[in-house]
Amino acid sequence: MAGEFVMLSLVPILIGVLAAVACALPGNFLVLRRQALIGDAISHVVLPGIVVGFLLSGTVSSWAMMAGAAGAAVVAVLLIELIRRLGRIEPGAAMGVAFTALFAFGVLLLEQSDTSSVHLDVQHALYGNLESLIWVEAKGWNSLFDPVALAGLPPELGRIAIVALVMLLFTLVFWRPLKISTFDEDFARVLGMRTNLIGFGLVIMAAIAAVAAFDAVGSIIVIAMFICPPAAARLMTNRLETQVLWSVAFAVFSAVMGYVLAGYGPLWLGGDDAVSAAGMIATVSGLVLGLAALYGPHRKCRGAPTDR
Amino acid sequence: MIDALRTAMGRGTPSDPLDSLSDKPLAVRGLTVSYGDKPAVFSLDMTVEPGSMTAIIGPNGAGKSTTLKAVLGIVPRLSGVVSVFGQPLAASRRRIAYVPQRASVDWDFPTRVIDVVLMGLVRELGLLRPVRGHHRQRAFDCLDRVGMRDFADRQIGQLSGGQQQRVFLARALAQGADLYLLDEPFAGVDAATERAIIDVLKGLKAEGRTVVAVHHDLSTVRDYFDHVLMINVHKVAEGPVAEAFTEDNLQRAYGGRLAANLMDQLQLGGH
Repeated sequence: MAGEFVMLSLVPILIGVLAAVACALPGNFLVLRRQALIGDAISHVVLPGIVVGFLLSGTVSSWAMMAGAAGAAVVAVLLIELIRRLGRIEPGAAMGVAFTALFAFGVLLLEQSDTSSVHLDVQHALYGNLESLIWVEAKGWNSLFDPVALAGLPPELGRIAIVALVMLLFTLVFWRPLKISTFDEDFARVLGMRTNLIGFGLVIMAAIAAVAAFDAVGSIIVIAMFICPPAAARLMTNRLETQVLWSVAFAVFSAVMGYVLAGYGPLWLGGDDAVSAAGMIATVSGLVLGLAALYGPHRKCRGAPTDR
Repeated sequence: MIDALRTAMGRGTPSDPLDSLSDKPLAVRGLTVSYGDKPAVFSLDMTVEPGSMTAIIGPNGAGKSTTLKAVLGIVPRLSGVVSVFGQPLAASRRRIAYVPQRASVDWDFPTRVIDVVLMGLVRELGLLRPVRGHHRQRAFDCLDRVGMRDFADRQIGQLSGGQQQRVFLARALAQGADLYLLDEPFAGVDAATERAIIDVLKGLKAEGRTVVAVHHDLSTVRDYFDHVLMINVHKVAEGPVAEAFTEDNLQRAYGGRLAANLMDQLQLGGH
C-alpha cells in the first residue's frame, strides 16, 4: 500500500504542491496590482513558445521550451503595448486580443507540427499530465534514501522544485520593492526604484512559474493557481505578509485535496474511474475562494471609510 | 540675454545648466511636459528659495501636479533641466520627500498604518536589512507628529480621508528630507486634518526645510504660504505671496473665470 502510494501518488502530489506554490507567490502581487489576468494571459501565450521551443530543440522536457515560453511571454507583453498604443484602447481589450491570438497560433502550430510521437498535444496543454508523472523505481518510503531509485524521479519534479525555490527567493529578496511599488508606484519612483523594471520582473517571474507549472499540470491549473489562493488569502487578513502565508497554505491544501479527491473521490462515490487531477485541484482552489468570499473575516474592507 | 533666450527655448547647456541658482532647493528651467500632442506644461522656469513654503496654484488642468511629477521624474519631460540642491535629481533623491495625491493609491491594500510609514525608511533599510526597534520608534514619532499614533495598527482602508492624508505625511516625515513636495495635501480633508497638516508643514519650515505644495484653495494661500507659483500651462507669476498673489495675476492664470466676490474675499491689492 505504502509502496503503491510512493510510486503512483507521491510525486504527482509534490509536483502539484510545488506548482501551486510557485504560481501563488507572484500571484499575490498580480492580484493586488489588478493584473491577475496577466497570469491567465501568460498561460495562454506560452503555448506557441513551448511548441517553438520543442520544434527547435526536439525534446519535450528541456529548458529550451522554457526559454521559448519566456520569449513568447515577452512578445505578448510587447504586443499588448503595441495594440494598446496603436489602437488607443484599454489594456484589458489589448490583452484579450493578444492572448487569444497567440493561443490560437500555438494550437495551429501544435496541430501542424509532428508532435504526435511525444506527450505534447492540445489535451496536455489544457490538463497537463500530472497522473502520468509516476515514480516507477519506487518500492516504498525507503526509496527516498535509495540513490538508484532517486535517479529515476521524473525530471519535472526537479524542475518545478527549482522554479518554486526561485519564486520564493524572488519574493523574499525583492519584498520591499514589490510591496512599495504595488501600493504606491509614484512614491517608489521618487525613492529611485525602477518601477518599470520591477513590474516587468514580476511578469517574467510569473511567466516562468506558468511555464514550469504548465509543463506538469496544464493551463487550467495555472490560471486557477495564480488567482484563487491569493484572492482567498486577501479575504483572510489585512496584512500582506500574512496574506502571502495564507496563499501558500491554500495552494498546498488545494493541490493535496484536489489530487486525493480526483484519484480516490470517484471510488468512494462508487464510481470506478479517477477524474483529472488538474481539474480537481483547480476546482478545490475555486471552492476555497468561494468559502473565503462567504466567510473570510476581511471580505468587507472595500472602500467606505468610517467618517469622511 | 542669450541665456534668457536659451531657457525660453527650453534648452539649457548641460555643463552649466542653472548658473548661479544651483544651490537652491529646487530650480527648474525650460520644463515642458506633454500628454499626447498637447503640452501640459510649457517651458516653465521655477526657483524655490531655501526654507520657503511655496504654493503651486492654477486652474484645473493647468499642469500643477504634472509639474511636480515631472520634477520628480514620475512623468517624462520633453525638455528642461531640474536641479535639486545644485545636483541632478538622481544624486539628490535622499533629500526629497514626496506626498502623492491621496486618490492615487488603492487604500484597500493589505497593510497597516505603521507599515506605510516604515516605507519612508526604505532607502536606509535597503532590500534585506531587518526593521529594528529604533526604526519602528522613528515611525511612531512621525505618526505622533501628525496625531496618528493611536492608529498605528489599523488597516489603512479603515481610515478616513483626512487620516489617510496624515499617514502619507508621516511617511514623508520618516524620509527625513530637506525638500518636501506635496500634491494637493489639503484636498478633501476635514478641518482638524488641515490644521494638523499645516502645523507640521510650518514646523518643517521652522527647522529650515523647504516645502512646495500643489494647492487648490485660493482663500488659504495667504495664511499658509510665503511664496506662490501661478501657472496655467505657462508660468503666470512667481514670487513672494505679497508681490505675486495679485488680482491681475489671478485673472490671467484663471482666464478671468474668478468671480468678483471671491476676489473681494481674498483681499487682494494690485489693481
